[in-house]
Amino acid sequence: MTGGEPWIANIPLADRATFRCENGACRCEGDWTLDGIEDFDPRELSSSSSASEFTLDGAGIQTIDTTGALQLLNVIADLERAGCTVRWVNLREEHQALLELVKERLAAAGTATAPQPPNRLEQLGRRVAFQTIRTIEFLAFIGEAAASLARLAVHPQRFRWRALFSDIETAGVNALPIVALLAFMMGIVIAYQGGQQLQAYGANIFIVELVALTMLRELAPLITAIIVAGRTGSAYTAQIGTMQITEEVDALRTIGIRPMDLLVLPKLLALIIALPLLTVFADALSVFGGMVMAQALLAVSFGDFLDRFPQVVTPTSFLLGVGKAPVFAAIIALVGCYQGFQVRGGADSVGRQTTVSVVQSIFLVIAADALFSVVLGGVGLWR
Amino acid sequence: MALNPAPADAVIVVHGLQTRFGATIIHENLDFTVQRGEIVALVGGSGSGKTTLLRAIILLLEPTAGSIQLFGQEIIGISESAAFRLRRRFGMLFQQGALFSSLTVRENVAMPLREHTRLSIRRIAEIADLKIALAGLPADAGNKLPRELSGGMLKRAALARSLALDPALLFLDEPTAGLDPVSAGAFDELVVQLKESLGLTVVMVTHDLDTLWQATDRVAFLGERRVIGYAPMRELTRAQHPLIQAYFEGPRGRAAREQSCKAR
Repeated sequence: MTGGEPWIANIPLADRATFRCENGACRCEGDWTLDGIEDFDPRELSSSSSASEFTLDGAGIQTIDTTGALQLLNVIADLERAGCTVRWVNLREEHQALLELVKERLAAAGTATAPQPPNRLEQLGRRVAFQTIRTIEFLAFIGEAAASLARLAVHPQRFRWRALFSDIETAGVNALPIVALLAFMMGIVIAYQGGQQLQAYGANIFIVELVALTMLRELAPLITAIIVAGRTGSAYTAQIGTMQITEEVDALRTIGIRPMDLLVLPKLLALIIALPLLTVFADALSVFGGMVMAQALLAVSFGDFLDRFPQVVTPTSFLLGVGKAPVFAAIIALVGCYQGFQVRGGADSVGRQTTVSVVQSIFLVIAADALFSVVLGGVGLWR
Repeated sequence: MALNPAPADAVIVVHGLQTRFGATIIHENLDFTVQRGEIVALVGGSGSGKTTLLRAIILLLEPTAGSIQLFGQEIIGISESAAFRLRRRFGMLFQQGALFSSLTVRENVAMPLREHTRLSIRRIAEIADLKIALAGLPADAGNKLPRELSGGMLKRAALARSLALDPALLFLDEPTAGLDPVSAGAFDELVVQLKESLGLTVVMVTHDLDTLWQATDRVAFLGERRVIGYAPMRELTRAQHPLIQAYFEGPRGRAAREQSCKAR
């Protein structure tokens, strides 16, 4: 119990709940309340007597609440288990009623059986089964999205254009500043790290190849996809997940709108349109970052850089980089939406699925990028 | 404090309250008092500011003007530490339960106890089980997550959490909304029983006419941004104010009154 301040002057401080015992007769004293029993030690009583009959005097009880009643009942139960008979005297009627109420409610509730934690083998099995089912469900989700797209091709007038444009704005236009900043810094870093090596061989002008090819083919699409996965993929999961909890998704179904048509397709198409454009933007900014660094560090002027640029960068290099972006976009949008629909229960589930969504989409984007490198290298498209 | 034979004094005193969201004025010059040990209901049409008033009293919302006293303590401009200790004195049952979804029912009930007392974990679990039982739930419910409970059980679990600290003052926001008539009746009985055995003061927002007749001592009617009627149910229904007449004189209002007259 805290004390001292004037404001609680009208709330009485709790007196410690205690027993005062003399050969088999005990007086209960003080406040048998949550505050009063904080320091209560049931051993006070049991150690003080070895009599087989016990009298509890309730006259000294000032106030009592359910917690204090529980404490008293526990003490009595302990005594009875030790073979004593317990008798109350001078117990006030309302205190008696409260003790009865607590006793009755506890009896009505019964005893809980502690849940058995499953053994390790069972846990492993459950995990494997769970992940397998999730994978199959995700494939089914992709299939459903494709079917939805096909329906859209037949009835294009049903498409939600307004949702598409607003999604393009939030996922694309609003991401421009952060993509610009990060791409520019990436260009600077690559030019700086590579430039020092090139300088040692006097091969300064090759900075153009280094920056242009690394950025256009690999880093710009990848960094953009990662930013968008963290920014937009997570937002998709959180939005759909919250709608799932508040039963908005079910409401859509009842009205006869497929959640796939309203919630997934516009997001998917918006990202497929926005991510390549963002990638081109990131290409430009990262090459600009490289140019700035090349001039500062390697004395390669903007003019020299831009003269050499078209000679070393074939349109194929540029297109292959940008061409990866729609695939990354589809991965991010589908994973984000799918994880949103997996939300069950409450707020903690939204957080969990959002984390899963970002981790999975970044993982799949990098895996897909690796696959692109192997396959395109295999067919000889790199140069 | 429970079962305190203290004189009937005011637990809540609201005076000259004004609350405003932007340009919308919710309350204007509102007065409202609750005495120790009574069950008071706040009623009024939708949007009359019942829940807003409740939120202002439980320190979730700062009113624009006026004064609110809780246990004799002014809560406008109260310090953070004083507010913390004051929150120890009341429990709140939110409309949707507001149980923490990542915790089991027992952990939900134990949370205020862990925050506000120095009791051992074993004793806290024991007390939590008692509150779950008091709210009328079977003991097994303690191990369940909120999403595994039905609507009625969720309300009871939320009640168990609001009773965790044995508060002297209990706030209920639509306690019987969404419950079947049997559960709602049992809930009313439970609240009355708790009030009688613990000396609780209860303030509830409700639209449930049966609850109003069966469980309340006084009913405050909110309208025109203030309390326009504040009396026991029997008197309030005879009030002349057109808003109150409209509220209670519908077919539902009359049915509930006849029901309660028969019951007496």
